[in-house]
Amino acid sequence: MVASRTPDWSRVRLHVVTGKGGTGKSTVAAALALELAARGGRVLLCEVEGRQGIARMFDVDPLPYVERRIATGRRRDDHPPGSVHALHIQPEAALLEYLSMYYKLGRAGRALDRFGVVEFATTIAPGVRDVLLTGKLFEAVQRNSRNKGAIEYDAVVLDAPPTGRITQFLNVSGELAGLAKVGPVRNQADTMMTLFRSPRTAVHLVTVLEEMPVQETVDAIGELEAARLPVGAVVVNQVRPRDIAPADLRAALDGTLDAARISRDLAVAGVHDGPELVTGLVTEARDHAERRALEDAQRAVVAGLGRPTFELPRLPGGVDLGGLYDLAGILAEEGLR
Amino acid sequence: MKARTRVGPLAAAPDPAPHQAPRLDVDALLDDRRTGIIVCCGSGGVGKTTTSAALALRAAERGRRVVVLTIDPARRLAQSMGIEALDNTPRPVQGMQPPAGSTTDEAPRLDAMMLDMKRTFDEVVESQASPEKARQILENPFYIALSSSFAGTQEYMAMEKLGQIHAQAQADGSYDLIVVDTPPSRSALDFLDAPERLSSFLDGRLIRILLAPAKGPARLMSAGVGLITGAITKVVGAQFLRDVQTFVAAFDTLFGGFRQRAQKTYELLQADGTAFLVVAAPEPDALREAAYFVDRLGEDGMPLAGLVVNRATPPPAGTLSADEAMAGSARLRAEDPDSLTAGLLRLHADQVRIVEREELLRERFAAANPEVPTAVVPALAGDVHDLAGLRRIGELLAKG
Repeated sequence: MVASRTPDWSRVRLHVVTGKGGTGKSTVAAALALELAARGGRVLLCEVEGRQGIARMFDVDPLPYVERRIATGRRRDDHPPGSVHALHIQPEAALLEYLSMYYKLGRAGRALDRFGVVEFATTIAPGVRDVLLTGKLFEAVQRNSRNKGAIEYDAVVLDAPPTGRITQFLNVSGELAGLAKVGPVRNQADTMMTLFRSPRTAVHLVTVLEEMPVQETVDAIGELEAARLPVGAVVVNQVRPRDIAPADLRAALDGTLDAARISRDLAVAGVHDGPELVTGLVTEARDHAERRALEDAQRAVVAGLGRPTFELPRLPGGVDLGGLYDLAGILAEEGLR
Repeated sequence: MKARTRVGPLAAAPDPAPHQAPRLDVDALLDDRRTGIIVCCGSGGVGKTTTSAALALRAAERGRRVVVLTIDPARRLAQSMGIEALDNTPRPVQGMQPPAGSTTDEAPRLDAMMLDMKRTFDEVVESQASPEKARQILENPFYIALSSSFAGTQEYMAMEKLGQIHAQAQADGSYDLIVVDTPPSRSALDFLDAPERLSSFLDGRLIRILLAPAKGPARLMSAGVGLITGAITKVVGAQFLRDVQTFVAAFDTLFGGFRQRAQKTYELLQADGTAFLVVAAPEPDALREAAYFVDRLGEDGMPLAGLVVNRATPPPAGTLSADEAMAGSARLRAEDPDSLTAGLLRLHADQVRIVEREELLRERFAAANPEVPTAVVPALAGDVHDLAGLRRIGELLAKG
């Protein structure tokens, strides 16, 4: 399955990967990072929800608030691979780093912590937590002289909050509106919005071919567009195999599959498991055909969005590190540039 | 961990195999009149809302007087339950039928509502403050942001609403069972922590500092205070600080009330009539979160009724292994690339592998949490968006 309208993302510096819970957005973010690093260069993979999902996927120790090299990009025949680095952005650490970077608030920073200001800012003050997380993300994309010796990345991939929250998360100016109307935080939020709204950012949406996740994807695209945030691709994840012919699928639904033929084929293939296997396969075929019909209906909805689309297969054994490289390779086959 | 023995005869299978969880008897839980509150919690995307609605419907059809409090239902499910209008009040679900085989013609009654967090917050303020003070608070920019976008407000208000409905049900006997869905939080535990976090902030040291200029001689405070307010002003601007200070000053007399309410709700969650159901999907992340939750509920003395594993892949028929099926598929495909039987064998192999993986995950969970009764709900082909679909899920839950 080749992506419709293969996008050119060579100018995109910040890839934001979102999706409804359970659709596998973290997996897709990791595979995307491995593939972006396949062309050489350095890619930073960030997470912001404190789950340590990156450490688990890449089988490394839990990540501190420090950028750390965790993997080599996918190997291609024509190009030596680059590297994937990871950062677990924590709001508390980001706040203290921000204060010391911009305000030289060494002592006051510690006092802020003691008086509960850090907890207030990172858990209670509306919107501030998101501004801290996106602020660090911005700093990683657009390194400046204040962060001496830091690595300049060719691309940054964010394993972002779920679709229901993504627009609010990126729309930092909007979140602060009515609160901090002026002041340095406000100015910085506005600068960040300039990057997030530019063609250097792309927000990708991960979905599976079920009604609710697809509906959330449609809604999220609408909200992102209304906030003038650049929508990238739709990545359809966990797709079932599609190697049964349409006529056979129809027969499976109608209950007219030729059991005798299946039985003969099984004998030819040397598979002997008794008559209940044939009945079982016919039942499985019917169930599969029902799901395929629902998937195809949702696939049509996704196609109707007119966005570049990638399809990643369901991995029956679960996703391990090898699986991430396989998925990265499939993104390349489907035309990721 | 506190094993749940107080509510309902949640009988374990007499002699379960090693690492096999005892079965969760959903009907016994629903039928036990002492079960007054069921809280469904778990990570995002595992089907909490559907599970809550299905449990509520089943309980109603088994003769309970039920209200279900949902947070963010899918549009079509909300439509089918008639709770699209977000008016923060329980409404009867339309189209309820007398259960099949029942002797009466009377349809059971189920009420449902969708949480409006800002409105709930506003109502608490209005109930606690004088009209003039309430207006001051409701108009404050910091309050508006806090009540509509603070990441924990939804959790806090879900628990607040639960407390309100419970108090009302106690007073007028309108319901004898409340089923609560919890918000799709960043962390599934937020709804336990949010009330405490917010009320400790409203009551805490930082607030005293912010109030200091308005409340007595600033010079008596430590030198740290100037440093703090200075730093805050520098970063977020003086206007923000003024908004917070005004809010806090107006809110000051309400702190006690808020804290008390949060404390009462917390106690309600710990009470004997409450049952927590942890909902998960057979995926590593969802089950890890579920294990964490089970742990935390035990630590806080919250009564755990069991685990619901949604969307389980049904086991395939026969004894053919995945490897044999794949080998057979490859042989057929060598002859005929479009072979139907080859495709079916591959599907069979996939299904065997998925079922094995899911079973292993469940066994590991059971090994670590052997006392948690579990119900496994097989995946349906389509989404659930009507009462018939919910009824079906309820039956599967009861079969466990």
